[in-house]
Amino acid sequence: MDEEMEVNENVKKVMFVMRKAPHGSIYSYEGLETVLITAAYEQDMTMVFVGDGVFALVKGQDTTDIGIKGFIKTYGALEHYDVEKIYVDRVSMEERGLTPDDFAIDVEVKEAEEIAALMEEQHATIPY
Amino acid sequence: MKFAVQVLEAPYNNQASDTAYHFIKAALDKGHTIVRVFFYHNGVVNANNSAEPPNDDRNIYKRWTELGKEKGIDIVACIAASKRRGIKEGQIVEGTRISGLGQLADMTIEADRLITFG
Repeated sequence: MDEEMEVNENVKKVMFVMRKAPHGSIYSYEGLETVLITAAYEQDMTMVFVGDGVFALVKGQDTTDIGIKGFIKTYGALEHYDVEKIYVDRVSMEERGLTPDDFAIDVEVKEAEEIAALMEEQHATIPY
Repeated sequence: MKFAVQVLEAPYNNQASDTAYHFIKAALDKGHTIVRVFFYHNGVVNANNSAEPPNDDRNIYKRWTELGKEKGIDIVACIAASKRRGIKEGQIVEGTRISGLGQLADMTIEADRLITFG
C-alpha cells in the first residue's frame, strides 16, 4: 500500500463500478460525470468495469447513426484527472469477445477475486 | 454511524425510493446520522413537486418533505441530472434542494458508509 496514502486520513478510497453498456442507458455516462467531479476532491480513486460495463471502453465507437452524443473521448481525459487505477474484469471482457487491444485507453485486466479484494479495501463503492 | 444515501431510480417505477426511505427512518430510529440524501440519474424525479400520486397509496414525494423539513435531513437533487429531466429550481419538493455533483463527492468522503438504492 502507498505509505503516503495511508498516513493521510483525509484521502479516502473510492471505487466506481461501471456495470452498464454506454448508450442503452444513461448510467455509464452520468457515472463518468461523477468520476470526473469526485476527482477534483483528490481522493484515492479506482474505476472497475464489469459485465456490460466493459463495452464503454471499446475504441472506435461511432454514435452518429443512433443520434446519441458519444463520450468515449472523455475516458482519455481521466489520466489528466489523476484517475489512473482503471481495471477491467477478465471474465467480463473475454465473455464479450474483447481483448485489452480493443480498449480506447490503457487498462489493467484483473481477476474477479482481485476486484473483490479491492472492494474490501474501499471507504465507499459507487455502482453505476 | 454516519450514513450517506444515494437514490438512482424514479419513485413508483422502482422500489429504490421506498427502501431508501425505510432505511433512513430505521437508521434515525437507531440513533444514526444521515449526512445527506443525493438523487441522481432518474432519482431526481423524487424532487418533482408537480407529481400528484393517487391518495389511496403512499406519497413518496411527501416522505422527502417529512425527512427534509421535519427531520432536517439535507436532500439534494443533482442539477445536471435534474435539468436533463425537467426538474427545475423553484419547482421542487419542499425540504429538498438542487445542487451540484460535488455534494455527492462531499458526502461520500464525509460519511462512514455510502448506501446506494437503485
